[in-house]
Amino acid sequence: MTSPRDIHAYLAEFDDIPGTRVYTAKRARQGYQLNQFAMSLMKPENRERWKADEAAYLDDWKITPEQKQAVLDRDYNRLLDLGGNIYFLAKVFSTDGLSFLQAVSTMSGMSVEDYSAMMVAGGRSPEGVRSIKANAAGANAAASPADTKDVGDS
Amino acid sequence: MARITAGVATSHIPALGVAVDLGKTEEAYWTPAFAGYDWTKAWEAEQKPDVVILVYNDHASAFDMKIIPTFAIGCAEEYEPADEGWGPRQVPNVVGHPDLAWHIAQSLILDEFDMTIINEMTVDHGLTVPLSMMFGQPAAWPCKVIPIAVNVVTYPPPSGNRCWALGEAIARAVESFPDDLNVQVWGTGGMSHQLQGPRAGLINAPWDNDFLDGLVGDSDRLRHMPHIDYLREAGSEGIELVMWLIMRGSLGTSTRLLHRHYHVPASNTAVGHIVLEPT
Repeated sequence: MTSPRDIHAYLAEFDDIPGTRVYTAKRARQGYQLNQFAMSLMKPENRERWKADEAAYLDDWKITPEQKQAVLDRDYNRLLDLGGNIYFLAKVFSTDGLSFLQAVSTMSGMSVEDYSAMMVAGGRSPEGVRSIKANAAGANAAASPADTKDVGDS
Repeated sequence: MARITAGVATSHIPALGVAVDLGKTEEAYWTPAFAGYDWTKAWEAEQKPDVVILVYNDHASAFDMKIIPTFAIGCAEEYEPADEGWGPRQVPNVVGHPDLAWHIAQSLILDEFDMTIINEMTVDHGLTVPLSMMFGQPAAWPCKVIPIAVNVVTYPPPSGNRCWALGEAIARAVESFPDDLNVQVWGTGGMSHQLQGPRAGLINAPWDNDFLDGLVGDSDRLRHMPHIDYLREAGSEGIELVMWLIMRGSLGTSTRLLHRHYHVPASNTAVGHIVLEPT
């Protein structure tokens, strides 16, 4: 048996990763209707209704005003904070004709070109983005600001 | 008697499937990613497995939030490719092996794994891209496939240890099936990648290669790695690597390396691929 014995400690660690929203039960509950809305866009007839009037389509779902506005704004980081999951939200940006790479770059605060260049150069280094606490503890030491400048805390 | 002859693991990157489907595999960007599968394509053509037990995760295609099985096994005759929002991939239907699948399901449940049994579902890129990487573009897939779907989206996913133990139980189930079948177990997903949030684009090549090292030989250190290590080191979607441990567990106490490939980047992710045989 190697699973954690303390579920609270297990879950608390997920809040310590910079720029990352782990899809915990809390988020799954908060975002249930939001994610099911996104899932509905897998059907062509629903996509047509959605494109015709996004706000009206959203009124059919029991989502919060904050979630509704974030969908209309295509604010994916906000949607993740409000319980969205990226695999479900992908149905929204796919309907918009965006690729994963295009959509993902918007969450990282980079242009598509800069994000693509970063990936071609080997991707984002894990240095400086492993732990919020470790970064805070090392703030007075030799932490390099360049390592974290693109990554906000969640 | 059915026997597990090899284990295969690979990333299941959607863009690789798109490159195959659109005939872009010869483009300069893609050739280094695909080159690492040439060895395996030739090897699979010789091996001619009868059945592949293919461990993958559904990406909000067949399953939504209504039902979230931790471990599910496909017992259907056939599976159609899922429409992931831009129409189904134009690849052959996946043909199952219901007799072996039901046998494994029963054996696993008696072995105290509470499997969800799936008799109807579509299969998304998580399952069809690995088939394309290993078999190219045949008119029909050259083997039968038993899908095993793992929840790695909603937390907590199963522990590495539980995945390894499931692999061991799959091996026991296969060995007790009377028909003479050449069976492979494939683990798919990973390696390091993060598709969400400001930290998107994370790639950790040294960590990925250390994970590949850990699959070879007789060490079982990977089964004890906690989820948080995958998240910190391999990105939020790097957690998919726990599915590789089901493949590894099914190969028994020790493995021998037949082939290994690693390339960065393909779309947002690292490409990892390994072929092992039990010793």
